Amino acid sequence: MAYSQAVLNGDRLALARLLTQVENNTPDGRAALIELFPHTGRAHLIGVTGAPGTGKSSLVNQLALYYRKVENKRLAIVAVDPSSPFTGGAVLGDRVRMRDLSGDPNVFIRSMATRGSLGGLAQSTANMVQVFDAAGFDIIIIETVGAGQSEVDVARLAHTTLVVEAPGLGDDIQAIKAGILEIADILVINKADRPGVENTEKALKSMLDLAHPTERVFQHHGSAMRTVAPKQDSSATLMWIPPIQKTVSIESKGIVELAESIGRHVSHLRQSGDWAVRERTRLEVELEALIREALLTRFWEDVPQKQYEDILEKVMQRNLSPWEAVKMLLTNVKQRPEGLIG
Amino acid sequence: MTEKKIRVLVAKPGLDGHDRGAKVVARALRDAGMEVIYTGLRQTPEMIAEAALQEDVDVVGLSILSGAHMALTPRVMELLKANGQTHVKVFIGGIIPDEDMHSLKEMGVAGIFGPGASTDDIVRDVQMAVAG
Repeated sequence: MAYSQAVLNGDRLALARLLTQVENNTPDGRAALIELFPHTGRAHLIGVTGAPGTGKSSLVNQLALYYRKVENKRLAIVAVDPSSPFTGGAVLGDRVRMRDLSGDPNVFIRSMATRGSLGGLAQSTANMVQVFDAAGFDIIIIETVGAGQSEVDVARLAHTTLVVEAPGLGDDIQAIKAGILEIADILVINKADRPGVENTEKALKSMLDLAHPTERVFQHHGSAMRTVAPKQDSSATLMWIPPIQKTVSIESKGIVELAESIGRHVSHLRQSGDWAVRERTRLEVELEALIREALLTRFWEDVPQKQYEDILEKVMQRNLSPWEAVKMLLTNVKQRPEGLIG
Repeated sequence: MTEKKIRVLVAKPGLDGHDRGAKVVARALRDAGMEVIYTGLRQTPEMIAEAALQEDVDVVGLSILSGAHMALTPRVMELLKANGQTHVKVFIGGIIPDEDMHSLKEMGVAGIFGPGASTDDIVRDVQMAVAG
């Protein structure tokens, strides 16, 4: 109770400490998440993703400055960088590009490491975002790790996803591949003062021409998840075509236009009913992850380590297939009396 | 799946532009499994304390080669205290004359590393300081 009340009262130290508890998935962290949940659902979540070195952090810095100075919003930034697969350590360097934001009590920047997670975010990023949401931040910017082609988790978390490109990173075949470009609500060509910007723009434009208009339905673990509301009428105005915005972050060029574009996307989400659909998608993904975690916990509670290892050994010897092994192991998982959380 | 990582802020207060040492230390701490928040050059004590708060770090490492350690260090420590982060351990790396070491230690600095310090020693001292 102590954490959540202090966070709701605007205590920054309590907020920072709670974020650590949530990141470490401690009992205190989970208890606070339950208490804070009724206060969530108000913030606009903006995802920023793109290849390493395209200028995501600098762009986030500029966008944040705009939201502070022009719109006077309270702003949180969650910046994710990769953990070492070998040592588990990490160097989190996104703050280096965000020094303009320091000294402003209405901005809160938190760096986090992926800790083995692969989709461009960490396992607990969504929960940390919920804490910021409950703490009353109007806008929460989520910056992913430098993403390759398939780090697309951010699109399931954010309301508006920016995919940041830079000139010289690939041809038009890269642009029609599935994955990261598909998740863009807004395409940003940063470093647009560099040579080759025309080609990048042309490739992205032709990609958009080939791709749209289609309804976007996420494939999530085999089950399709709609991200676009059923059409209320046949007018094409309900279909959002991702605009291409050119920016030069270090010179603050194109930032106002980008922010306006984000604003138009928010209006679109509200008018089309897409906002609610995305909220639903996000909560559904979260619920599913929690179910998986709870079931796994039950499994390990009920299955003796010894039996597990014996069966693993049989699989190693090719005496048992993995599918049969799972069947055998699952017979050990007991029924629980109702109301007991696993 | 509870996981506790040591979080360290590596910062360069003041005006000197030599950050190689800070980067070497950041890398060594990373390789020891810690999460290192690197904030870059020319940070004010206010910026450092604010970052330490937002990142909820266990340790702040200051790299100072300018000779201004007797001005910058107490200021950072005051601000950490004012923010309620009394548990944060402060380490200094850089060119620190012997005669200043004693007063820095008295201020509560957990460790001081000069040129030639081994990264193994730094890692070990940081781990021990956090463990209490």
